[in-house]
Amino acid sequence: MSAPAPKDPGRLQGRRPSPRRVWGDRLGTLAMLVATVLVLLPVGMILFQIAQKGLGTMSWEFLTQAMPYSYRKIGGGFFNALVGTAIMVGLATAVAVPLGVLAAIYLTEYGKKNLLATLIRFFSDVMTGVPSIFVGLFVYTAFVLPFGFGAVMGAAALAIIMLPIVVRSTEEMLKLVPRELKDASYALGAGTWQTTVRVVLPSALPGITTGVLLAVARAAGETAPLILTTLGAIEIVTKLVGAPISALPLAIFDGARSPFAAGQERAWAGALELLLIVLVFTLLARVAASRSRISR
Amino acid sequence: MSEPVSPEALSTASSTRAERFRRERTRLGRRADTLFAGLTALAGLLVLIILAYMVLTTTNVALPVFRSQGLSFVTSATWRPADGQFGILAFVYGTLVTSAIALVIAVPLSLGVSLYLVEVAPRWLRGPVAYAVDLLAAVPSVVYGLWGVFVLLPLFLQPAAEFLSRTLGFIPIFAGPASGISYFGAGVVLAIMIVPIISSLSREVFRAVPVEDRHAAYALGATRWEMIRGAVLPRSRAGIVGATMLGLGRALGETIAVALLIGSRAEVGASILKPGYSIAALIANTFGEANPEGIRALVGAGVVLFAITIMINMAARMLVWRMVER
Repeated sequence: MSAPAPKDPGRLQGRRPSPRRVWGDRLGTLAMLVATVLVLLPVGMILFQIAQKGLGTMSWEFLTQAMPYSYRKIGGGFFNALVGTAIMVGLATAVAVPLGVLAAIYLTEYGKKNLLATLIRFFSDVMTGVPSIFVGLFVYTAFVLPFGFGAVMGAAALAIIMLPIVVRSTEEMLKLVPRELKDASYALGAGTWQTTVRVVLPSALPGITTGVLLAVARAAGETAPLILTTLGAIEIVTKLVGAPISALPLAIFDGARSPFAAGQERAWAGALELLLIVLVFTLLARVAASRSRISR
Repeated sequence: MSEPVSPEALSTASSTRAERFRRERTRLGRRADTLFAGLTALAGLLVLIILAYMVLTTTNVALPVFRSQGLSFVTSATWRPADGQFGILAFVYGTLVTSAIALVIAVPLSLGVSLYLVEVAPRWLRGPVAYAVDLLAAVPSVVYGLWGVFVLLPLFLQPAAEFLSRTLGFIPIFAGPASGISYFGAGVVLAIMIVPIISSLSREVFRAVPVEDRHAAYALGATRWEMIRGAVLPRSRAGIVGATMLGLGRALGETIAVALLIGSRAEVGASILKPGYSIAALIANTFGEANPEGIRALVGAGVVLFAITIMINMAARMLVWRMVER
């Protein structure tokens, strides 16, 4: 921890560092420690306070009932928002994962280092940095204006956000599949397509699952694009097109902005619910990663 | 990659049934191969197409506003949708200022944590601490917003803002009357949000510094801190800049937490302790009640935001890529 170890044989021969340098070392170490504590502090605070404030309103009723007709009213819950989140994240996953995995296969098995692959790689990275509200604006102008608000529009925005995450994480995992495994498959006479589907994908599956779960967690927590594409609703909506629909983050945002205590309390319980969902997916991602036989 | 050896090349002219069957199958397989290759390439292309399509549609929708406002769209701070005046300078300013505040706070903290985890922490502590820091990345931004407004604001942001204006109020950027709902408040919450991004990348960058460099510094008699300053940090400079810019990209586009904490006042003022506005917050807050022309203007503001973040991101990616490829 602290400056030079006295038993270090090399040090005993030479000159010891001057007090000024020893103190510099200690100060530096202290600064690193302080930074670590300052970063860990909000982690603990957020987890603790969300749990504390959320549990106050959390109940079976909250989990299973839709919003009351006024923000002012106590009671009711975010079941309508939960249904919306499940529908939209489910749809987005169903679109983004197959496309993302296929694109990743192109990058590792076909394109490799050619120009197209490099471009795809670079712009997927860039795309992960596109502000999610911009994705919302795009979906609004391209799909909401002609077809109206709805679950499909929200799902489209979420899918666009998930796609580059899936592409890049899947590519990383496919790259880790040992060459020998592929060579063995080729030696048996399999083509690239058979090798990919029968050998590469199965052995990379846990890793791919990790990336997918992280993308799902990210999508489930997105609020900004949904403001522009699904608008929100207080009743349970199962129509996919042409009807505004709620989602957990949207309902929390509305509750946080409402001036009424009842609305704010529901927002806290909703935050707890959303945080738990996101953490479960993140945890599952970790489990999948540790299951991966070809982990790094 | 080894190509599968063509069966025609190997097989002699013998055409037993089994032989023919096998050849049939490989031909079919090869067609499937071509098809599959095409399919994957198409999926890959889709990424590029979506990105291009996003830029084209939004720009196209915003074009009338860009035309009617001209350069004053970005140089004017007058935003009066009712009068058809759309100048987004105040929002651009707020976006840049909140992100700058976030960086000033988050970069030293992130580097400190990463250095601690890579160079100092005992092995058993590394996993749990890294996991806890990464947990910050998993928290949805709306949860940050809620927590920021109802917990951090009364507990820290408001007192800190008042303290800053009391002690440093003679400097214009800390001039009062101070409010926690301000550029400063939004910047602090943004800082917490981007710490996991910067720290996870800089951790990788620090780990990539060759152990020989560290040994060389120690062999010259350096203390650990001197080794970090002399060997680790200089080697990691490009990577740190890249990580910082990725954090910046995230901060610029962050919407919900900022919308809840920035105060929604469209002014360009020197003090960071006063309410302001940002591009993303403007879009989220006023989208619902905007008239058709106002929506075009909001889309235009989104295009400007996109342009800023995309440039930062591209530069960051290039820096990080260069680091990793070395």
